Amino acid sequence: MADSIAPIVAAEEKLQQQADKMETDKMWIIMGPQHPFSHGLWTLKIKVDGEICVDAEPIVGYLHRGWEKETENRTYPKIIPMADRLCYAASMTYTHLYCMTVEKALGMDIPEKAKYIRIVADEVCRINSHLMWLAAVGTDLGNLTVFLWAMREREYFLDLNVKLCGARMTTNYPRIGGVRNDTTELFDRDILRTVDRFEKALWEIIALMDDSSIIVSRMKGISYITREQAANVGLTGPAMRGCGVDFDIRRDDPYDNYDKVDFEVPVLTEGDSYARYMIRTEEMFQSCEIIRQAVKKIQALGKNAPYRVKAPSRVPAGTHFMRMEDPRGESLMYLVSDGTDKPYRLKVRSPIFTNVSSAKLQCQGVRIADVPAVLAQIDMCLGETDR
Amino acid sequence: MDTSAVYQKPTEEEVKTLLTERFPEVEVTGTEARRVFAKLPREKVREVCQYIHDNLSFEHCSTVIGVDYVDHLTVVYHLSNYWNGLMIELSADIPNDDPHVDSVTCIWEGVNWHERETWELFGIVFDGHPKLERLLTPQTYEFFPFRKSYKLRGQE
Amino acid sequence: MISVVVEYTSILDFIDFNGQYVMDNAYYPFEDVYNLPFAISYGLWKIIGGALAWLINLIFPENPVSDWLMSEPVCVLLSLIIFMLIVFIVVFVCTLISLWMERKCLGRMMDRRGTMVGMKGFLQCVADGLKTFMKENTIPKKVDNMTYMWTVSLVIGVSVLLACMIPLSQRWFVVNYDSGLLIIMAFFALAPFFILVSGWSQNNKYAMIGGMRAAELMISYEVPMLIMIATTALLAGSFNIGDIVDAQYETVWYFIPQIIGFITFFFCATAESERVPFDIAEAEAELVEGWQTEYAGMKWGLIMLADYFRGYVACAMVTIMYLGGWALPIIGNGPIPEIVFLLKTWFVFFLMILVRAALGRVRPDQIVNIGWKVFMPLSVINLAVVLLLKVGGFFRWL
Repeated sequence: MADSIAPIVAAEEKLQQQADKMETDKMWIIMGPQHPFSHGLWTLKIKVDGEICVDAEPIVGYLHRGWEKETENRTYPKIIPMADRLCYAASMTYTHLYCMTVEKALGMDIPEKAKYIRIVADEVCRINSHLMWLAAVGTDLGNLTVFLWAMREREYFLDLNVKLCGARMTTNYPRIGGVRNDTTELFDRDILRTVDRFEKALWEIIALMDDSSIIVSRMKGISYITREQAANVGLTGPAMRGCGVDFDIRRDDPYDNYDKVDFEVPVLTEGDSYARYMIRTEEMFQSCEIIRQAVKKIQALGKNAPYRVKAPSRVPAGTHFMRMEDPRGESLMYLVSDGTDKPYRLKVRSPIFTNVSSAKLQCQGVRIADVPAVLAQIDMCLGETDR
Repeated sequence: MDTSAVYQKPTEEEVKTLLTERFPEVEVTGTEARRVFAKLPREKVREVCQYIHDNLSFEHCSTVIGVDYVDHLTVVYHLSNYWNGLMIELSADIPNDDPHVDSVTCIWEGVNWHERETWELFGIVFDGHPKLERLLTPQTYEFFPFRKSYKLRGQE
Repeated sequence: MISVVVEYTSILDFIDFNGQYVMDNAYYPFEDVYNLPFAISYGLWKIIGGALAWLINLIFPENPVSDWLMSEPVCVLLSLIIFMLIVFIVVFVCTLISLWMERKCLGRMMDRRGTMVGMKGFLQCVADGLKTFMKENTIPKKVDNMTYMWTVSLVIGVSVLLACMIPLSQRWFVVNYDSGLLIIMAFFALAPFFILVSGWSQNNKYAMIGGMRAAELMISYEVPMLIMIATTALLAGSFNIGDIVDAQYETVWYFIPQIIGFITFFFCATAESERVPFDIAEAEAELVEGWQTEYAGMKWGLIMLADYFRGYVACAMVTIMYLGGWALPIIGNGPIPEIVFLLKTWFVFFLMILVRAALGRVRPDQIVNIGWKVFMPLSVINLAVVLLLKVGGFFRWL
């Protein structure tokens, strides 16, 4: 028996040696900053062995504006429009986060109505951002129809932004102590109609994506990340929940009135690219649910309920931080105030900054063709990554 | 309390007692709902972080923040527990003339870029970091732009 | 007083030199088959050449050049040149129409308008052509100049040649070989080789990977495609395109007995013309523009045009092999079979547009999988079905 095995083993060893000798040269490919896959100005260096990616290194910083340093030169209300510019797709959430942080430092409570309006604005922003992401995934997988359909749906939500505050993307809407203006006339009717319409349209897009075995096979079983890895490398948001971490700041560490609305947090344990995709589409449906409840609460509060309280211009000395569930993950602001009307230091934790640093983990063992599809799941936005 | 046991969902009070019992140098400065604030000497950073990660199940490090208080620098860590939403804020003071602190990248991989960013903007050196290079600013910079000594236009 | 004896007094005498019918010409190149584009160009030469001969005769009476211009072999030679132009222009216009159709239909499917420049957007291709021709023709410094220029010329040239070789009807053809189908397939399969070499010559990683992928793509669909061509030829008993169309008219359109083959060949043809979902050689999401990355301006414009030429050829092949070519079931050839043929071709192209609007791009390893594990067995099953039908004498009852 042993005699018959020995030559086979020897032959296998010989084959292995030959395979080692035939090892091909690895090649660095630099994708970006001018590359159709990099949605924004960043570079991904990937090392490929034939078609398979063995190493990846993202390079960011082309858009570094010194945002945090700039804020040290401005009074507190002047930073609100700057916070819009952190990311055009998630401007409402960043402004909201900034206002929350300053309110925490001031130790003030804001009116109920403002809290619910902020929730509505946040969820509209979340749907906006997720639709942008869906469009990007469509193009990265080679389907332009998804891109245009998602952009078409996004247009309705941008119209809602116009209805609420007059701007499409950089909204400049939340204020320290509330929101800038009350909901406009018929806003609640429009938003409910839009949400109802959107849920139907989203099913159409899902039919285009999930019923197509090509697109599903491009994402299923690609780039596995375990729960422990996801938590350790700092993945947050939908990408993390697709890997099995059951955590959503809106539910587990609620801010404003998120503890008073009822919603589910979608979590999948598969950990592949497709699971991360599914989480985001499901989140859009949940956002619609939250919007419906919040609009009902706003209607119950009546037309003349206060929506803003006056905030002092000077913030007492101290350090404070708030975190929130941005569309892309956990964003955090840390404020050091020294008793003047300007912040001493304001730090922003951008979810994408950390998510993209794990590009190596996500891209290892993936084919070149799948690199855009895998990295689309972290939904790049360079404004907040580089700050 | 048993300081060597593993707690999956520690409460604020438990975290406070466990930290102070295990490390007498750690000073818990306050607690809020789901928040614990603590101060510690910089030599202890890696040890305390390892304990918090292993025994208190804080799987995620949100940020590493540098602050320049002119007379000294401070590094702030925000650690997060995914089981009950608890957060610990650790801050360690660093003298200006010896800006060194242990890197915690070996504990949480996600800290890698935050430490790089803090180094390039504040000049705080993280010992044991795998790749301490400039990330957001150009490689040719020889100064640390977020320190208070770097004046913006409009600041006197 | 000068008296000149002129044999031909009127210009009309020159134009209709000796009232000869095109097929009576001893040098008529298409043996005994009537060829419409050649007849048109023959007539055109009669007008142009006749007018020329008359002018020359007017200035230099009694010269031999006029006679020479209107002699039989010269007539055939020069009308062949016009013939080439006519065939090319018709194919070119057909391709532009399919380009316009794709832009418009794709636009509608994506909820947008498509191109809007003049004539319902048709003039957009003129604008595109002008734009690419005006653009600076940059050539990177480190390319291998010889291969860089020649491969792209060959890709474009072969595609145009191929499109011109497709017969539009019994009377509209360039060559009428008995192995017509095989020749077209042979030229069709040439381009990937040039793409491979071109990708290497550009000294660019994206182009290199694109070229490799073109080769990868080719080995996956070429074999099933050839099996299906052989199947069709088996069914018709000939490789001659005219015979295949006649056989379908006499029995039934071949997509009915070969429904598996029709679907498989359709997707193979999509892969052959490098369209979504099989456009992996120029996958813009990861490879910028694949093997076309370093081509600028007019070269790139011509490559894009060549892509549409190939798309047109692929659709024409499907039409010839499965949809009865230019013949209609009962009517037969009809008065204008060319239009029937083109309508069918555009219908197949419309199916390709539908596929493009609905699907994403496959991965290179998936296309090899699909080629060898799906297309290949299907084409063999198709062959088996056809053999059974043929042996069972099914076609004798029709």
